[in-house]
Amino acid sequence: MQETVIPTAAPNPAPVSEAIIRAEKIEKYYAQPSQNRIQVISATDLKIVPGEILALLGPSGSGKSTMLRMLSGLSTPTAGQVYWHEKPIADAEINVSIVFQSFALFPWLTVLENVEAPLQARGVSPDERRERSMKMLDTVGLDGFEAAYPKELSGGMKQRVGFARALVVEPEVLFMDEPFSALDVLTAENLRSELLELWANKTMPTKAVFLVTHNIEEAVLLADRIIVLGRNPGHIRTDFRVQLAQPRDRKSEPFTQLVDYIYKVLTKPDVAPAEAPDPQAGPRIRDQRQMHYQMLPHARPGGMAGLLELLLDKGGRDDIYRLAEDLAFEIDDLLPIVDAAQLLGFLNIEEGDAAITESGTEFANSEILRQKELFRDAAVEHVLLLRQIRRALESKSDHTVPEDFFLDMLDEQFSEEECLRQMETAVAWGRYAELFDFDAGRRRFVLPDMQDEDAAASEDAK
Amino acid sequence: MNLQHPLARSPVTGRTRPFIIDLAVAACALAIFFAIIRTGVYWMGRPVTVVPISNAIGALPVYAFYSIVRMSIAYLLSLIFAITYGYVAAYNPRVEPWMVAVLDILQSIPVLSFLPPVVLAMVALVPGHQMGIEMGVILLIFTGQVWNLAFSFYSSLKSIPKEMVEASRVYRYSAWQRFWQLEMPYATIGLIWNSIVSVAGGWFALIACEMFTMGDRNFQLPGLGSYLQTATASGDIRALLSGIAAVILIVVATDQLIWRPLIAWSDKFKFEQVESADRIASPILELLRRSTLSAIPGRIFAHVEEPIYRRMARTKECQVVHPLDEGEIRGKSSAGLWVLAVAASGAVCWGAAQAIFMLKTVTWPDLRLLLEGAAATFLRVNVSLLISAAWTVPVGVAIGFNPKLARIVQPLAQILASVPATAFFPILLIGLIQIGGGLGIGSIALMLLGTQWYILFNVIAGAISIPSDLREVASLYRFTRWQRWTKLILPGIFPYLITGMVTASGGAWNASVFAEYFHMPGRTLETIGLGAQIDAATASGRFPILLLATILISLMVVTMNRLVWRRLYRLAETRYKLEG
Ligand SMILES: Nc1ncnc2c1ncn2[C@@H]1O[C@H](COP(=O)(O)OP(=O)(O)O)[C@@H](O)[C@H]1O
Ligand SMILES: [Mg+2]
Repeated sequence: MQETVIPTAAPNPAPVSEAIIRAEKIEKYYAQPSQNRIQVISATDLKIVPGEILALLGPSGSGKSTMLRMLSGLSTPTAGQVYWHEKPIADAEINVSIVFQSFALFPWLTVLENVEAPLQARGVSPDERRERSMKMLDTVGLDGFEAAYPKELSGGMKQRVGFARALVVEPEVLFMDEPFSALDVLTAENLRSELLELWANKTMPTKAVFLVTHNIEEAVLLADRIIVLGRNPGHIRTDFRVQLAQPRDRKSEPFTQLVDYIYKVLTKPDVAPAEAPDPQAGPRIRDQRQMHYQMLPHARPGGMAGLLELLLDKGGRDDIYRLAEDLAFEIDDLLPIVDAAQLLGFLNIEEGDAAITESGTEFANSEILRQKELFRDAAVEHVLLLRQIRRALESKSDHTVPEDFFLDMLDEQFSEEECLRQMETAVAWGRYAELFDFDAGRRRFVLPDMQDEDAAASEDAK
Repeated sequence: MNLQHPLARSPVTGRTRPFIIDLAVAACALAIFFAIIRTGVYWMGRPVTVVPISNAIGALPVYAFYSIVRMSIAYLLSLIFAITYGYVAAYNPRVEPWMVAVLDILQSIPVLSFLPPVVLAMVALVPGHQMGIEMGVILLIFTGQVWNLAFSFYSSLKSIPKEMVEASRVYRYSAWQRFWQLEMPYATIGLIWNSIVSVAGGWFALIACEMFTMGDRNFQLPGLGSYLQTATASGDIRALLSGIAAVILIVVATDQLIWRPLIAWSDKFKFEQVESADRIASPILELLRRSTLSAIPGRIFAHVEEPIYRRMARTKECQVVHPLDEGEIRGKSSAGLWVLAVAASGAVCWGAAQAIFMLKTVTWPDLRLLLEGAAATFLRVNVSLLISAAWTVPVGVAIGFNPKLARIVQPLAQILASVPATAFFPILLIGLIQIGGGLGIGSIALMLLGTQWYILFNVIAGAISIPSDLREVASLYRFTRWQRWTKLILPGIFPYLITGMVTASGGAWNASVFAEYFHMPGRTLETIGLGAQIDAATASGRFPILLLATILISLMVVTMNRLVWRRLYRLAETRYKLEG
């Protein structure tokens, strides 16, 4: 990787400087509505040190937001401790801000009032409040909008208000939870570069930035250090420094190489990352309970077919990163589709490339009815949940099974929300493959009409 | 435009016609002052259980005034209590399920049956002053109004978006700031709409209970309700009509002067990402906004507020970030809490035992009569619901599909829903008797009068919400009329219809207590029903019967809610949700 003097970002000479926030073996469990508890974060050590932008990267549901909440004192770890300048965070007078994905502005307050509110909470006098807020609004490019209400602003401007509100209290650590993902591509790009500029010019007194994102490019573009989080339960997969000079060029070779590398890490959840530059990560604790359900990626069968056909067109093998570009997909929209196709054995991931398999080729070349058959075979072979649903339906005399039955089993492994999403995906796949149908009114799985189903016929005899 | 200090109120601009308004506001202040003194003198006077009521129309304003004061006090008390209750319930996981259950049950109990014991208790509590009786009636209206307000506030608190709560935590808002900048604004719209329903229910009850007989004691308070009943008793139709006119006038004035401006004002609390096009306009609100005096409350509030913020900021409480899940993790329970819980449950057990003990005097024939009455009332309530639905659905849909008409009718339905049907009841009965009908029909008519508007209002809203492209598709594919109704319209309005019917059913049960028993000049009209038995028991002072009847009604209402309405609600939420 390129070795350049880094003019703006983390000055390397002080790597041993004292951490502002230090997490020691923090874990998080959530209680489910049933008696189960599921683990969202397994024991993790983490440090936020002055002078760097730290990006936490991971697929959705891996626990990034949970981690951010624990580090910012909003959520108490189930086990372990978070320290603020070596004091337990619950008792420390901490000075942090959060920029939220949904902006979290108060719609009944004007822009100025929104920015003033945190100062008001700190007992700043009205005059000083106004002065500081106006200055901050100026800085983020919102002068003239102070009397507007948030709903009158575009998404990008709302997030600017979010930034102004976060920065006006001069936080020591600025937390951001996917701050750009609710914005359109151009607006996000603009805001990112403005943020970098503020950081580089030291316009903001902030000492460290903690950025949560599921967008790989965003992390590589902004961060001095990247931590990749794996899921089920959340754990650090790799943690390394980004040694690229700012401003970074998306098209440059080192940049794309790094993106590719992270891709490889993300697409192979079960393999330990090849070279993690800084293996500072704590002991990797995988789940203690046996996990028998795979996590179904939330992709539609149609999407998979489209991807496989494109891949076939390109000779059966292509860089994922390039595929995303060709499809004009955000790279993280493509990932679930790739994952799903991989799960079903239609393609393999090799060195950041997607390579179509034999069954994938046959699938891509077939017409729709045949595609459904192939999909059905692959699904029954590779996906435990679908197999179980089908078996249960075939073995019951009335050929219906309540959804709750499977939800209860998933519940031991996934959060409530994730259970529902898993079920939704399973239903979509099962319907497509005509493995089963789902009666949404009664919340039951049913076997589809069995006229042309020879498979089920034999089981029916009883 | 001068944007240098957009928050500073410019003292000169906008002063187009302030003087009249300012004068009016000042006059209002004086009037309020006088009213308080007047009420005080009356309340602190010797208790007169039967205040003679004059039929003169000139006396109406005074009576109206007394009724309005009762109403306002009851409403303000409800509001304060509801907010406190909702707050405690939402933030104390230990008592939360209990408090919600209490809300759920109390919401469904018809309060009118509590009138006699409540008044007796209050008279005993405040001896020697008129205030005792007054407090009894006010407390009664209060109990009818408070629960849905409390529930609205509670569920608003629970549904504040998580990230906004997190923002308030991470920026270290004090409880004070959180209340005024997050919780209250978020709950305002729900509180306003529920206030409209509550106050309507309050008038319904107030008209009914200003004058009643309990055992050998008569109670009669000066007010519109007593005026109407006295007018009926003496057969003075002219007085009756002017009384009704006064009631309607008050309702319309409340709607125009209070609710509409409030709804228009609360528009800014709408939790929406983009500005919506249609808003409710209120000329009154515009006038108020232009008055320079309207800035005064804000300024006074700011003066009060600033020191509070400064003081709060210095407390330890506001210097750390409080985790959102601290309640779940530190499950510490203090000894004091346990003692309190034990004491409370002990008291509850004792009370319940006493009440059940009281029931021992109820005889089998009494019980049979009560059960028959329950069946009759049950039937009547549901018949009135069906009739309401039968006419409001087609009419409401027709209105809803015609936007111009809907804009006129919807606010009208809202006003009609607020007119207390009890005011019309006497004249309605007089008419019915003349054409040979009886109280059986009369009671259903009363329930209809009181409740159908809620259904109409909601059906119109439902019809409006059906996306016009769906309607176009229906006509494109030449749906038959039957198909149109079963495939498009009924599913589309279903959630709204259910909402309306739930509100209406609560109102109908409440009405039953009043509707089945009526004093006319010279005779008492009575039909078989639980409500009639409650009234009869009140009149003869038989508390065990009263208690049992109330228990029966509550049981029926709660069961209906559990078995029917809640299920339909869930069905409406899951299956018939039109994403538009
Ligand atoms: N309050 C909660 N209760 C139960 N489960 C939760 C809660 N918050 C998050 N989860 C679950 O924890 C997992 C991680 O969530 P989150 O931290 O939001 O992930 P990310 O931000 O990486 O998408 C998800 O499966 C989510 O459903
Ligand atoms: Mg998240």
